[in-house]
Formats: sequence, C-alpha cells, structure tokens
Amino acid sequence: MTGLVYAAVAVAVVPLVLIVGDVVIQGGSQLSLSFLTNLPRPVGVPGGGIGNAIEGSAIIVGLATLIAVPIGVGAGIYFSEWPESRLSFISSFMNDVMAEFPSITLGIFVYIIIVLTTRTFSAISGGVALALIMIPIVARTTEESLKIVPVSLREASLALGIPRWKTVIRIVISTGRSGLATGILLSIARATGETAPLLFTAFGSSYYFGGNLNSPIAALPLLIYTYGISPFPQWQAAAWGAALVLVGFMLILNLSVKLLIGRKFAGVRAEI
Amino acid sequence: MSKEPKTMADGLTSASMRRKLNGDLILKALVACAAIAVVALLLGLGIELITHSDLSLSKFGLSFLTGTTWDPVHEIFGALPFLFGTIVTSVLALAIGLPVGLGVAIFLSEKAKGKRVYGYTLGTLVELLAAVPSVIYGLWGLFFLVPILKTYVEGPLHSYLGFVPLFASTPFGLDFFTAGVVLAIMIIPTISAVSRDILNAVPNSQREAMYSLGATHWEVIRKAVLPYARSGIFGATILGLGRAVGETMAVTMVIGNTPRITASLFSGGYTLAAVIANEFTEASYPLYVSALVEIGLILFGLALTINLLARLMIWRMTKNTRFRV
Amino acid sequence: MEQSGSHVSSTKFETKELKAGFGRNMVLNGINLRIPQNRITAVMGPSGCGKTTFIRCLNRLHELTPGATVGGEALLDGENIYDRNVDPVAIRRRIGMVFQKPNPFPTMSIYHNVVAGLTLNGVGDKKVLNHAAEQSLRSAYLWDEVKDKLTNSGASLSGGQQQRLCIARALAVEPEVLLMDEPCSALDPTATAKIEELISNLKRDYTIIIVTHNMQQASRVADYTAFFYLGKLIEFDETATLFENPKEELTERYITGKFG
Repeated sequence: MTGLVYAAVAVAVVPLVLIVGDVVIQGGSQLSLSFLTNLPRPVGVPGGGIGNAIEGSAIIVGLATLIAVPIGVGAGIYFSEWPESRLSFISSFMNDVMAEFPSITLGIFVYIIIVLTTRTFSAISGGVALALIMIPIVARTTEESLKIVPVSLREASLALGIPRWKTVIRIVISTGRSGLATGILLSIARATGETAPLLFTAFGSSYYFGGNLNSPIAALPLLIYTYGISPFPQWQAAAWGAALVLVGFMLILNLSVKLLIGRKFAGVRAEI
Repeated sequence: MSKEPKTMADGLTSASMRRKLNGDLILKALVACAAIAVVALLLGLGIELITHSDLSLSKFGLSFLTGTTWDPVHEIFGALPFLFGTIVTSVLALAIGLPVGLGVAIFLSEKAKGKRVYGYTLGTLVELLAAVPSVIYGLWGLFFLVPILKTYVEGPLHSYLGFVPLFASTPFGLDFFTAGVVLAIMIIPTISAVSRDILNAVPNSQREAMYSLGATHWEVIRKAVLPYARSGIFGATILGLGRAVGETMAVTMVIGNTPRITASLFSGGYTLAAVIANEFTEASYPLYVSALVEIGLILFGLALTINLLARLMIWRMTKNTRFRV
Repeated sequence: MEQSGSHVSSTKFETKELKAGFGRNMVLNGINLRIPQNRITAVMGPSGCGKTTFIRCLNRLHELTPGATVGGEALLDGENIYDRNVDPVAIRRRIGMVFQKPNPFPTMSIYHNVVAGLTLNGVGDKKVLNHAAEQSLRSAYLWDEVKDKLTNSGASLSGGQQQRLCIARALAVEPEVLLMDEPCSALDPTATAKIEELISNLKRDYTIIIVTHNMQQASRVADYTAFFYLGKLIEFDETATLFENPKEELTERYITGKFG
C-alpha cells in the first residue's frame, strides 16, 4: 500500500519536471533580446520574435486587472462584512461557481456582448474576458482575507466611535491587505496564461499595439497556440521560446506569492 | 490631573449623524453593486448563451443532442460526437487522475504530516502543476507526450491487443487516449488538493477509535478515514470532472479534432470545448454560429450541473466544519 | 429591587427597563440601574447572567450583531442614547470600551494605536495628537515603558502592556464613561495588579463600569457592585455592603460560592 501511494506521488510529480524541463530545453535556445523584442517574421525569414505578444499580454492583463480588482474586491468586502444578507449568500455562491467555469464559454459571452456589437476583435474584449476569469478569484481571496480579521478589532474600532465604513476601510482592509494582494497577484498569473477566451476576442495580431484598444491584439498564449500547431519548425521553435517566457513568468509569480504568505491561502489554487 | 480642553467634538450633532449615515450607506451600496455585478454576469452568461443559440435550437431541437453529423457545408449540425468525446476523455482522465490524486492526498495528509519540509515541497510541486497554463500542457503534449504514448503505449497495445475494441484503430498519437492522459495530469492537482482538505477534515477521533482497536496506519486509513471521507472524495472527483469537461486548449492540441464516435481509444476525436475553439472564428453564417453557441450552452449546462453536484457532496460531508472549496 | 448608596454622587448613566436579546432569546429582562458618576461600578454574576450584554448596550455595540434586539431606555446625563435622533457613533465617542482580550490594531505602531480614535476621526494636528498620546499613555501607566519605542508595532508588547495600550487608546478620545469587559481575565496576576491600580486612579476623571467574574477583584477595585443573575439585576449597593451584608438571598449564595 505504501508503494502505491509513493507511486502515485511519483506519477504526479514527474510530468511537472518533464514539462518544465522540456520547456526550458526547447525554449532556452530561442531566448535572446531580439527574440523578446522583435515582431514575428514570415516563415523562411529569420530573426522573428515575440515582442508584440509580450506587449499585448501586458496590455490585456492590465486592462483586465483594472476591471476585475474593483469588482472583485468590492464583492469580497460585501461577502465578508455583510454575510447575513441574502444577496451575499447568492452572489458568493455564484462567484464560486463562476470560478470553475469553462473559460471558453466566458469567451463566447464576451464575443456576443462586445465583439458582435463593436463588429471587431479588440483588446477591450480580450481584457473583459480575462477580467471575468479574475473576478471570482479576487472576490474569494478578498472575502477569506477579511474574514480572518478578528471581530474584536472591528469592535475596538467601533467602540472608539469610528463609523463602520471607516472601520472597514482603514482597519479591516488594512489588516487583511497581504491576503488581498496575494489574491490579486494569483489572479493575474492565472489570467496571463489563459488562451481559450482570447481566441475570438483579442484574436491575435502580428503587429505591435497601435494605440487603438478596439482592434485585435497579440497575446503570449495565443501565439504559443497558433505557432505550436503550425507545421513550420521555425514557428514551432518560437512557440517554445514564448512558452518559456510564459512559464517563467507564472512560476516566479506563484513562487513569490507562496514565499510571501505561506500556506494560508491554499484554498485558492492558481488553476487554469 | 486637570483635563485639557476638549479636542473632540462630542455630542449629538445632526451634522455628524448625516456624515456617518452617508459614509456607511455609500460603502454598502458600492460593494453591494459589485456583488450584484457578479450575479448579473453569471445570469447574463446563461441568458446570452440561450438567446444566441435560438436559431440552432429552433431548427434542430433535441436532435441536436442526438445527431451524429456535423457538416457545416451542408448546414447539418449534430453534437453527439462532441458530447461523446468530452465524456470519454473526462472519464479516462478521472480513471487515471483519481487514484493518483487520492494517493497524493493520502500521502500529504497522513504520511507526510511529521516531515514538514517533505510535505511542503511536495504540496508546492503539485500546486505548481495547477499553475501551468493549459496551452503549455497542449504544446508539451503535442511534441512530447504524443510520440511517447504512440510508440511505447498505444503501439504495443494495438499490436498485441488489437482485437479488443478499445485498442482497435491504428494509433497516430492524436486521439482520445492522449487527450485523456493530458487531462488526467491536469486534474491531479484539483483532486489531490480538495481530497487532502477533505482528509484533514476527518475528525481525529475516528482515527483514534480505529487505532485503539489495534489497527496499523494503513488499516486506519483504509477502514476509518477513507470511508468517512467517501462523499467528500466523491465530490472532489466530480470537481475534477468539471475541470476536465471545460478544458479546451490542451485537449484540442492532442485529440485530432475529428468528430467521431467509436469504441477505440486510439481514434481521433473531438470535444465540446475543442470544436468551439477551432471553428468559432470560421463560422461564416448565423446558423453555424448559433450551433456553436448552443454547444457552448451544453457545456455551460454540463459544467453547472457537475459543479452543483460536487458542492452538494462536499457540503454533506463537511457540514459541521468550517470548510470552503 | 432596592438601590442604595447612589445619593453620594450624581448619576451618570441610568437604565430604565433595559431589555436586550438575540432573536427570540431574551438575555436582559428589564434592568433598572443608576450608575454613579466618577465611581467604579462592578457588574458581577455567573456566566450567562447578561453582564457583558448589559455593558454592550451602554455603548450601543450590542445592536450591531445581526438579530440583536434592544428595548427600554439608557440615559446618559439624562438623555436617552436610544432615542431615534441619536447617532450611535457619537455616543460611542463619549463612551470608551476595553475588551476581554487585548486587541491593538496589528498594522499600527504603538503611537498610532493610541491616537487611532483621533486620527481616524479627522484630527490631524500633530501637537494635539502628541499631547493626547502622552497623556493617555501616562494615565494607562504605560508611558515610561514605551516612550522610547512609540514607533514599534502595537503587537510587539506583552499581554499586560497591550491591554494598557488598549486602555490608553480608549482614553485618548476623552470619553466620559469607560466600560471594561473583564479586562484582566487574559492576564497574569502582576499585569492584573497594575491595571487594577490604574483603574482606581482613573475614577477621578471617568465613570467606570467593570464587568468581572472575580469577586476579589470587585471588592478590591469597585465602589459599587451590581449583581446580575439570569438577565435580572438582583442587587446593587456599595461594594462593602453588598459583600458583607447582602440583602438578597441569591446574592448571598453567589458570594459564598454556592454557585459559580
């Protein structure tokens, strides 16, 4: 029996090692400053890069963060400070459901409400799609971080004659702020790696961002996908290089979050 | 000690009352709006999916679910192959992922308790598995797993056991089997993490009772802990199933993307999520789009049902403990 | 129910038929009590008698629990704090509270903890804040121990020091009444003694109500004692009289330890 369990552990851990290893090996040879800053080049033309994809991801994820943080933190505050209300119960339940939803259906939703109405693929629609993925994570971690703050701290503040809204903002949120920050960082990590919802919202592009948020834009995971399934070795190699950049970013983010706060928030898993 | 002049405005001034009322109400209203937004988003998702699949719903009705032909050229749409593919790959993923995930959970929760560093590193590694993006799983699966499985697993199985329907088709590596394996790896962290929390939630008194009857550690696990945790673990499995059902990128990169219903695991296939990913931007006329949206609706319904079922199971087991998935 | 001894000083706080509960459970059943000004009044009784609920009604903290109910009147200087026009936040500025377990704000320094009630209510003048901080810390017998490390975290102090910090924090807003809910129950005897000493000094400037389950503490510190049982006020008198010559049989049985 012990053997079985140890075998299970091995089966679980070996793929991680293999994946990271392969990404490093295959992608490592691609890494160079020009790779990170150049635009993609046509097949047969050397020197292509993923600069626009990195930039695009940064823009879309940035947009998504701007949308998701106010809504997610706000909802989390409501769940934590007014848990007895019916809205709180319903919304928090729906939030948990949305957290595990197939991200491609979120992509369809954003396609319908934004892409169809604006008649174009866009960075905005990509940002909104990623925001929909981030909101449940941020809301949940916010709620849990604030709930950990002891009731007696709230009461101490109220007993000093500090109004409730100030108590929430200046005392409760301040005390729980590292948990909040963690949740936001984890949701950013998750959003950066998402591909499916971007397939028909951001759509991808071969150019740098031109200043118009209403037009298609490149993203790292999109590039990895399109290049990875292409039949051209040059592009496949670029996909591995991009994969290395993406995995590197995410592992660093996840590990630093872990180091910062330990196991307290094991309830939030940076899942795809 | 004499009192210094008052520094605080005390008293029952109506000004301070107005100020306070406003602040409290404003904060509550603002955050309540955020909470309402969450509800609105989920409801909106369902509504839009239903509305925009109306063309397809009205044209095909229930035969959409039973139709086996997906022919955009001739405007015939039937979703059964995709449903089939989703179910097959998910079941395969569970068949592999459940024992592994459970094994890891047992290890982390029962065996590694004393050796902190061990358990912590291992736990971190498994969690990092969850952090790897789906498209990377797909890339690795396509370039590494496919050739390995084709040569060392599928090939031999087909040569020696080809008479078994499961292994009947010539393996090219891009098939249900590979997709199932990749999915299994992806859901291991989910199953193991939730199961581990479930196992930790089993009251110690259960273990102690079994110990006092003279059981070994493994007997305690098998006879006291696991039975108690049964519905919780079942719930964890269903959660893993939910994830597998919705997984898109990794699957579409290794499954072959051909709509097919067959008993052979080594045949190419298609899933609900994969067909949307591949064909949505190609859908050139409204009925086509509507059919794909309807597939999204089916996926939505599946995921919702599975999720609710999982929560129910887990809730039943952890009713009296503070537990959150 | 007779009440004697309060003719010596005027009444700061008076409750009239004060009731309180949670949902359908009544915890307090019509309390009529006159708390004397500038004296220390102990509220005593076995677990579940409602003493904590009682003081939480006095600073309108009780009503913040979902499902909580309050009835009757509580008159601070003759005016009902439960009147519809009254702002609970303003009331809480006139009444300070110290809790059972010390609860300094963990993200603030000692200095900021003490002046939190001022800064979070808009007072920004450094001179005023520094003055308030020193005065309050002196009154709480903590100044000498922390004056050189005011920027250290509030959580870096020992349990007894933390509780004195919380007392200083409550004093800094210059309340008229100080409510203390078993302030020493989480502390060791040395820390307890220090706090009892400072409480005795505080009564010159404040009206103090202290909940305690420790009869010796009540007899050491309090001028008056109220004995509660099952949500009712059984007896209220000068401490010495209550302990040596209780008028009610229930009081006598509690004092002689016939029930806890």
